Amino acid sequence: MSTPLIIEYLPILVFLLIGIALAVVMVGASYIISPKNPDAEKVSPYECGFEPFEDARTKFDVRFYLVSILFIIFDLEVAFLFPWAIALGDIGLFGFWSMMLFLGILTIGFIYEWKKGALEWE
Amino acid sequence: MILQGIAFYVFAALLVASGVMVISSRNPVHSVLYLILAFFQAAGLCLLMGAEFIAMILIIVYVGAVAVLFLFVVMMLDINFRELRQGALEVLPLGGLIGLILLAELAAVVGGWIVAPGVEKLAAAPTPAITSVTNTQALGQLMYTQYVYLFQACGIVLLIAMIGAIVLTLRHREGVRKQNIGDQLARRRDEVVAIRKVSSGEGV
Repeated sequence: MSTPLIIEYLPILVFLLIGIALAVVMVGASYIISPKNPDAEKVSPYECGFEPFEDARTKFDVRFYLVSILFIIFDLEVAFLFPWAIALGDIGLFGFWSMMLFLGILTIGFIYEWKKGALEWE
Repeated sequence: MILQGIAFYVFAALLVASGVMVISSRNPVHSVLYLILAFFQAAGLCLLMGAEFIAMILIIVYVGAVAVLFLFVVMMLDINFRELRQGALEVLPLGGLIGLILLAELAAVVGGWIVAPGVEKLAAAPTPAITSVTNTQALGQLMYTQYVYLFQACGIVLLIAMIGAIVLTLRHREGVRKQNIGDQLARRRDEVVAIRKVSSGEGV
């Protein structure tokens, strides 16, 4: 079953294969060709001459999480806008105002977070 | 088309493999990276089914935002995963038992499935050909008019998520000094500078 839709994505598949092949060749060649002579000191983590104090993984501030979740919400809002923009000619005035109401609801949240200072990094 | 079949098997095999790696890799950050790989393979499978909008949204939303959120959560939890993993083998029988019970329940649910009469006719109803109406357009024609209540409910769910995240995580730190440009510009010389005559040998 050959649909025209799939044919349009053939160049992307070709790009994908070329990209994978290129990455494999680069990493593989450097793995094979480069001289390797590891010892315990060479492969240990290096921290400016002294023994590492702690794990490299430290706790993140919870504010990164807040920024990330607010980003997801507006990302989803934009995702809803794409089909609306394409189909706007077919869905008429009702579809237009339906989206305006949706945007209005989210704008309430946006005003709330702006006034709360959630967008500021103190 | 043979290429489509090959692509399906490659995507599906990589999806299963990276799914296994998500739950079995030692480092939780690596787990999240394998999860991103799994999202990409799932997007490829969606494309093969012809659901191109879903595929692109999967990449934009899940890879672009949800995976980043997972990374933050993994970094935020200060858990020593090596210690946590040591007892994993002891609880494996219990976990396996719970998994089996869930599987049995799922089987019971699916086994008791009764297909409503008339569904076959509905499923065979003609959908517009993909050459005349694109995927995204077909979604747009239905979502904002026919399913308007669900669409507005989505908006309210997003609003609740936004407010909930702010209420739960927003903390204002005390004693943070910020630059206020308005205050700086409104400052006048005669408000802050005083000229005193100081005679020699005496303090102010």
